[in-house]
Amino acid sequence: MAYDGKDKVLEEVTGKAYEFGFTTEIESDKAPAGLSEDIIRLISAKKEEPDWLLQWRLEAFAVWQTMEEPDWPHLNYEKPDYQAISYYAAPKQKKQLNSLDEVDPELRRTMDKLGISMEEQKRLSGVAVDFVMDSVSVATSFKDKLAELGIIFCSMSEAVKEHPELVRRHLGTVVPTRDNFFSALNSAVFTDGSFCYIPKGVRCPMELSTYFRINESGTGQFERTLVVADEGSYVSYLEGCTAPQRDENQLHAAVVELVALDEAEIKYSTVQNWYPGDAEGKGGVYNFVTKRGICHRRSKISWTQVETGSAVTWKYPSCILKGDHSVGEFYSVAVTNNAQQADTGTKMIHLGKHTHSTIISKGISAGNSHNSYRGLVQIMPSASNARNFSQCDSLLMTDTSGAHTFPYIEVKNPTAQVEHEATTSKIGEDQLFYCLQRGIDAEQAISLIVNGYAKEVLNQLPMEFAVEAQKLLSISLEGSVG
Amino acid sequence: MLKIKELQASIGEAQILKGLNLTINPGEVHAIMGPNGSGKSTLASVLAGREDYEVNGGGVQFNGEDLLEMDATERARSGLFLAFQYPVEIPGVSNINFMRAAVNGKREHQGLEPIKGKEFLDMVKEKAKLVELDGRLRNRSVNEGFSGGEKKRNEIFQMAMLEPNLAILDETDSGLDIDALRIVSEGVNAMRSPERSFLVITHYQRLLEYIVPDFVHVLVDGRIVRSGGKELALELEEKGYDWIKEDAVA
Repeated sequence: MAYDGKDKVLEEVTGKAYEFGFTTEIESDKAPAGLSEDIIRLISAKKEEPDWLLQWRLEAFAVWQTMEEPDWPHLNYEKPDYQAISYYAAPKQKKQLNSLDEVDPELRRTMDKLGISMEEQKRLSGVAVDFVMDSVSVATSFKDKLAELGIIFCSMSEAVKEHPELVRRHLGTVVPTRDNFFSALNSAVFTDGSFCYIPKGVRCPMELSTYFRINESGTGQFERTLVVADEGSYVSYLEGCTAPQRDENQLHAAVVELVALDEAEIKYSTVQNWYPGDAEGKGGVYNFVTKRGICHRRSKISWTQVETGSAVTWKYPSCILKGDHSVGEFYSVAVTNNAQQADTGTKMIHLGKHTHSTIISKGISAGNSHNSYRGLVQIMPSASNARNFSQCDSLLMTDTSGAHTFPYIEVKNPTAQVEHEATTSKIGEDQLFYCLQRGIDAEQAISLIVNGYAKEVLNQLPMEFAVEAQKLLSISLEGSVG
Repeated sequence: MLKIKELQASIGEAQILKGLNLTINPGEVHAIMGPNGSGKSTLASVLAGREDYEVNGGGVQFNGEDLLEMDATERARSGLFLAFQYPVEIPGVSNINFMRAAVNGKREHQGLEPIKGKEFLDMVKEKAKLVELDGRLRNRSVNEGFSGGEKKRNEIFQMAMLEPNLAILDETDSGLDIDALRIVSEGVNAMRSPERSFLVITHYQRLLEYIVPDFVHVLVDGRIVRSGGKELALELEEKGYDWIKEDAVA
């Protein structure tokens, strides 16, 4: 009778199609399915790579073959058939582009649908966008302006060609090939990604941004990102994702490595909105990402993530606080709806003296989803006077969703100070009714309440990104209270 | 304005309202008094559209429309306001943004454009004066860390912002000291007008010295058992509820 918004709204959610579910029809140059040394040689040859990189890939492949897919996460999914995946797809675009006008109109339309019209991005926000369509970068902007400051911001393939010494010095130093199953796989087959280098003492004047997009049906996406901030430099890096609708699961196993040299600062922000699958969880993206940064003396790395997409998320952006007085931060909002599963968190490894870390994690579970925070705070014997503060909050939108917290704390130095706070709450019927009684509709009320809950994290995002993230949270949770 | 006929409502197994009749005309102030558990707050919740309650008899007309057919949001947008007995905290949502969403919701209902920034802020300043709500409280998260008195002042501020046709005050006097009671009452009195009606729910006669009602009703066991003028409140204060209960049974 009186207010039956709940049922109506639940129905809408289950019937709701993924907003960004569309496919771009561009001819692709695609390798046959399966993984072998030959395929790796093919990828390496296609990309005209130097021999050291090929050897590095082959080594990683050899290691990967001896490894097993991890089963410790609180996740339940059908393990991908790695021999059924095609490991290379490149849009057929031979010549270098001088301007956006030369970009395939079909591709441009995709970008428009995503709401990232590049001209507008450039004009309005001063963001340099390196747009990755499948595996090959098709357009890079603002490069000249950055070049004046000595900043390198390009695709990984280009970096391998133009700056081999930098790539070779840092690649795999933060996330070794044998680190885990997915990082080994990525090292063997990565096709592209982004590379960024900020020279000594330079403060990057704009937010560097990459939009990743999985586009080719049946191809996995293996991005490799490397950000190096030289002594005393600063950079803010944005990563945002959407993916088109798919019937079979799509695998994504990226590796991101950050290197903050003495007194440098890297701020790495992610808004992730990959296809989460249908209401039963069928067809969503599998997101197995290894992200890690190393902090040298008095440097700082700050991870901020808003995770709303993917059917399965396995992701722990981490900091190795190697240098004395270095700082690591992790701010996360992870939303799961319908049948989505997320096992995400961070690792803060304290090695240096007077190292500080902060962890703020806000989980939101709706539908029948499961959302786990998994974190490790490790204070090593060398880390005198280290400090950590962790706060892990969970918000349940329904009675059928789950929130789990797995905090691991290892302290091997008696001078350490470690604080951990955790709360779990159900979205308040009282809060909701209060909003409704003021004439705010159910959708907007949920959006207000959830955004308020996540505010501490959203505040860490750069302005334009924060607005986008707020919208995304609202879309992801439309009508999910029950 | 409001016509309640033989209203019956339950929560879970418990039948709370058992055939309640009440008519409120424009400009009138009605007070509902009654012992604990008589159904006062249930009446407020049912009128506002809280879904925990099931209406299982009778009807309610609001401005000629069937109130029970509307959801809580529609009722609010049509001009029904409830000042909560226990105002809710919403962390991370500023009072100002909250009110802006509410005001724009109402404007959308009226077919108006969202309110302009300056116009909105001017309105906030003007209405905040009514209940001496300072800038600090306006910008803080909704009711978070507010004292009892501040929360109630905030309710009246919100009421002033939304300019309802019918305002229901659910035990607004509970937990207020004498100064806060004065401020809240003055805010309400300033809003009295020939078009606006009030339904004041209270346990004590004290509030009615400040907000003087046109009619007083006594609610016992889910029914209005006696109605009268403001002097009825004084009589209740003096004699308690027992004599009315006995009357009602008899």
